[in-house]
Amino acid sequence: MNQPLEVLEQATRHRYHVPARADLLPDEEPVRLLSPDGTLTQDERYPLDLDDHDLQQLYRYMVLGRRLDDESIKLQRQGQLAVYTSCLGQEGAQVGSAYALRRDDWIFPSYREHAVARVRDVDPVRLLHHSRGTWVSAHDPREWRFASQAVSIGTQIIQAAGLATAAQFAEDDIVVMTYFGDGATSEGVTHEGMNWASVFQAPIVFFCQNNGWAISVPVSRQLAAPTIAHRGIAYGMPGIRVDGNDVLASYAVSRVAVDRARSGGGPTLIEALTYRMEAHSTADDPTRYRGGDELAFWSAQDPLERYQLFLSARGLLDDAFVAEVAQESADMCARVRSEIYDAPHGDPAELFEHVYEGVPAHLAAQRAQLQGEIAAARGDAS
Amino acid sequence: MVQALNRALSDEMEADPDVIVLGEDVGTLGGVFRVTDQLQAKFGPHRCFDTPLAEVSIIGASIGFAIYGRRPVPEIQFDGFAHTAFEQIVSQLAKYRNKTRGTVAVPVTVRVPYGGGIGGIELHGESPESYWIHTPGLRVVTPGTTSDAYWLLRESIRCNDPVIFLEPKRRYYLREDVEFPFTGAPLDKAVVRAEGTDVTLLAYGPLVRTAMEAAAAGPADGLSIEVVDLRSLSPLDDETILTSVRKTGRCVVAHEAQRTLGVGAEIAARVSEAAFDVLQAPVLRATGFDTPYPPARIEQYWLPDAERILDRATQAMEY
Repeated sequence: MNQPLEVLEQATRHRYHVPARADLLPDEEPVRLLSPDGTLTQDERYPLDLDDHDLQQLYRYMVLGRRLDDESIKLQRQGQLAVYTSCLGQEGAQVGSAYALRRDDWIFPSYREHAVARVRDVDPVRLLHHSRGTWVSAHDPREWRFASQAVSIGTQIIQAAGLATAAQFAEDDIVVMTYFGDGATSEGVTHEGMNWASVFQAPIVFFCQNNGWAISVPVSRQLAAPTIAHRGIAYGMPGIRVDGNDVLASYAVSRVAVDRARSGGGPTLIEALTYRMEAHSTADDPTRYRGGDELAFWSAQDPLERYQLFLSARGLLDDAFVAEVAQESADMCARVRSEIYDAPHGDPAELFEHVYEGVPAHLAAQRAQLQGEIAAARGDAS
Repeated sequence: MVQALNRALSDEMEADPDVIVLGEDVGTLGGVFRVTDQLQAKFGPHRCFDTPLAEVSIIGASIGFAIYGRRPVPEIQFDGFAHTAFEQIVSQLAKYRNKTRGTVAVPVTVRVPYGGGIGGIELHGESPESYWIHTPGLRVVTPGTTSDAYWLLRESIRCNDPVIFLEPKRRYYLREDVEFPFTGAPLDKAVVRAEGTDVTLLAYGPLVRTAMEAAAAGPADGLSIEVVDLRSLSPLDDETILTSVRKTGRCVVAHEAQRTLGVGAEIAARVSEAAFDVLQAPVLRATGFDTPYPPARIEQYWLPDAERILDRATQAMEY
């Protein structure tokens, strides 16, 4: 080991002398701009560039997300949806982060990003057809730049990294944001996606909503690192922890990460600390694994209530505006209800059309068989 | 065959700027088998590039590139390593068109060198085709000749469906004079490689050559063997298969892959469902055994050779 460092570095194609990168580590406290009483404290590292209209939009999207969530749970209880995965309590993290994106940026969600979808204005009826079981993705991902909702955990993360690299190679200045939960951080594909993105310095933001629970398994069973955000340094990317129930902080840190990605600075890992107020899904019973104290604690941290206090103090939440958003939410829910309730199940013959570009002979034969069975069943019924 | 595959990639990259090649060692090295030789030099580091050593990434990122509008041709270095990427291939790549109701095609051609006979160590001689064939949404294609390797790879890349393109690595050094521009049979058609009247012998990939040896030796045993090269394992070309079986009345399927739930099992079912009236013998199989792929020093006992194939053909004649 007596050779000069440069010789070693040349020989091994890797760095021997590495400066400490404490700048990649998260702060001891999560970034928070709004305290629970709605008081704003600015952080010069994460400046707020939002005007009054923007501030009102954040409220609007959170309300739309929450109202749609409530409506969806009711639709599930009435047998109109097979299952639904609520985002109640996570609206601040979701709306704040998504609001930092441009309309032409791509979003790769998991299955809980309903409030993100409100910001992107993806047709809620089409998204709910996923829960209803009409079709897996009834929306066109390219139309909304909102990828098919990922059900197997973490699978979207490497696809998002791939798309970001494709855009980078094309010198297209879009950014990709991918969403996942604390449970997903244990999946190998999450590691691969972050590693890939860092190696290529791809324009992507990894937005992890740490909501404490992967169904019944607490985050303490997912990792032994100090925090999820600490993992960033292992990939050479900054890790930021943010109060996910603070929509302004979620926006501000995401904005910095998005700008860094867009300007060629590579990926960022954001860990938003939040809480899933509802069950994992409508099929879950959280009383078996979590207690009341926890719920009470997080209820006091509600992202919407906190933000309402802030907006009121600013004079941006007058009765007319509140009524307008309430009406818009009610109209959206009414439309969702009328279009989902008893919606037709679709034509089973269509099953055979989207397997390949055309319909190969063996599938045409199987389609004819099914059509024969359906016709025979109708004959029997009449 | 390696040069034919390399030329196919180069010609298709030339013809379509959306075609990209990615994988482990495909860049500077040109692939461990040199199939991607010089592509990075010709097309630059954004069209042909090395990835981290991570199969999930190679396939998953290819899906992202395809959603963006590219036509990726990822390489999985060896058959046995494709299993690492199973989730991305089976649940993501195969289903993206279907789950998006036909709105997003993912035209990814996954190149996988496969099969035994090269004296490799463990996991370098697998025949995983049945996993992919069993997955709706994937096409599974494998050339048995050098000229077909060129043509089928170009057709696979041009196809708007995901294709698992299986390259028979023990035939990588098969030589054949090919005149360019070369045009072959359509992607999903089987091809009759040798005419015969007694037995239809269905083979693909590495065993096409072995099947031709068996057919050549057939007359000495009084056997006239018709060799059909399947080329596309999914979808299967029932028409060509059944036309031949209707002509000969007998059918033998040969493949390296393990017997249970192999291509032979599916063909036996299809032939007996559609041509039971003409069959003079049950459909018979000359295959690898239902054991893990063997160590290199004894693989010759495991792999079907012309003798094993001829035994099945003779057996078919004895009914």
